[in-house]
Amino acid sequence: MAGSRNFNTRRLHSLLGVIPVGLFLIEHLVVNYFATKGAASFDNAADFMGNLPFRYLLEAFVIFIPLYFHAIYGLYITFTAKNNASRYGYFRNWMFLLQRVTGVITLIYVSWHVWETRIAAAFGAEVNYQMMADILSSPFMVAFYLIGVLSAVFHFSNGLWSFFVSWGLTVSPRSQRVSTYVTMGVFVALAIVSVRTIFAFI
Amino acid sequence: MSAKTIKFIITRQDSPETAPYQEEFELSYRPNMNVISALMEIRRNPVNAKGEATTPITWEMNCLEEVCGACSMVINGKPRQSCTALVDKLEQPIRLEPMKTFPVVRDLAVDRSRMFDALKRVKAWIPIDGTYDLGPGPRMPETKRQWAYELSKCMTCGVCLEACPNVNSKSDFIGPAPLSQVRLFNAHPTGAMNKEERLNAIMTDGGLASCGNSQNCVQSCPKGIPLTTSIAALNRDTTFQAFKNFFGSDRV
Ligand code: HEM
Ligand code: SF4
Ligand code: SF4
Ligand code: FES
Repeated sequence: MAGSRNFNTRRLHSLLGVIPVGLFLIEHLVVNYFATKGAASFDNAADFMGNLPFRYLLEAFVIFIPLYFHAIYGLYITFTAKNNASRYGYFRNWMFLLQRVTGVITLIYVSWHVWETRIAAAFGAEVNYQMMADILSSPFMVAFYLIGVLSAVFHFSNGLWSFFVSWGLTVSPRSQRVSTYVTMGVFVALAIVSVRTIFAFI
Repeated sequence: MSAKTIKFIITRQDSPETAPYQEEFELSYRPNMNVISALMEIRRNPVNAKGEATTPITWEMNCLEEVCGACSMVINGKPRQSCTALVDKLEQPIRLEPMKTFPVVRDLAVDRSRMFDALKRVKAWIPIDGTYDLGPGPRMPETKRQWAYELSKCMTCGVCLEACPNVNSKSDFIGPAPLSQVRLFNAHPTGAMNKEERLNAIMTDGGLASCGNSQNCVQSCPKGIPLTTSIAALNRDTTFQAFKNFFGSDRV
């Protein structure tokens, strides 16, 4: 296996994007959807998640370590590409560019979001419906959250497409085309869930 | 004299170290010209559009029928073969540039050595030499031979590397062409005997994993080689190979 470090790291990056980070993203969006059923519902769900046993271990190994590994290696991948979508304006090349742009936006957004909620919680603030409603009382933050969450959701959905290629699950052009439709369906579905959740706090 | 002319804007460079510059040329029109016949015309009479005497332009060519790949250059923004670039089908002025992904030797001539080095690195051949006659190898089914023929059309022209966003000076990616050759030689019944060596070779730095699935290569290849299908198939093969390497395997 000499010299296959780059291969293994790249495959690990790809895997972590889906398991666990992608799965966590879905779980997070689903739990937050309780907000559409009222403040009490949301607080209940947030309370349940926040009081899970082994919470800090779960957060470290299911969220932070894989996410920041994926993010930092993702930045390296992003900056070793020389994007050329203006010269080669093919659909997949635009998706390649968007995957990188949304990755960087997601990193900025997620870091801010973690700061505003988890780090604030460590300093004594309570993470609940009211906290989010306060954050989203500014139109600027609503725009920031919409852009950030939609970027993350797009990045995950389109990433799922390339995950299937990276592991050799979709090989033929037809399977890759079908996979484009399916993953864009995933994007639309998750986008509806996340936008409805954001508006439930306003 | 007929008034109709064709105009060229050519990116030139006198040596690998010197800075590139542009020079314009105007030729009188003839029907059915291609970019190479126009370059030959300039070579016969090396005078630029301002009427100044200049040096003839350097470029590479060989087969003149799009099978050798030597004459590749960037024509109106797209990398392609100049021997099959018909002037009548090109927008004027025609812009010629070298494929900057490769080191420029002079004017439009580039050094594609990295592609040949990559073919050596991935062992893109079938080892059949021995100290005695090994006899005939296994037969290849005709349908598979026809399929393999498509992959074998690669002429190492470099167009796919020029189009790939991940082949650049910041990356050591060998590019799609040598990867697809691994698929070709691994599919050959005799070549398959050394399949693992080639898979392990593309699992090293700058190999298969450096592809980011932009699929520019398959859109750009003049030979219509299914490069991204090859890459995805190799992704599958290397997934299994990685497990075998790590856990060991009962199959030799
Ligand atoms: C919500 C968090 C994130 C999720 C769910 C996620 C998910 C994914 C998935 C599933 C892939 C596809 C892997 C593959 O191509 O095989 C991927 C690729 C990628 N991600 Fe992320 N990602 C996240 C955050 C980030 C961040 C913060 C960055 C930082 C810039 C980033 C950069 C990248 C890059 C550059 C790729 C392309 C990799 C390649 O071409 O091989 N991602 N991501
Ligand atoms: S794969 Fe196609 S574009 Fe790439 S070098 Fe071979 S012939 Fe040229
Ligand atoms: S699919 Fe891979 S090899 Fe082909 S152009 Fe895109 S990044 Fe390069
Ligand atoms: S001269 Fe051989 S491909 Fe153009």
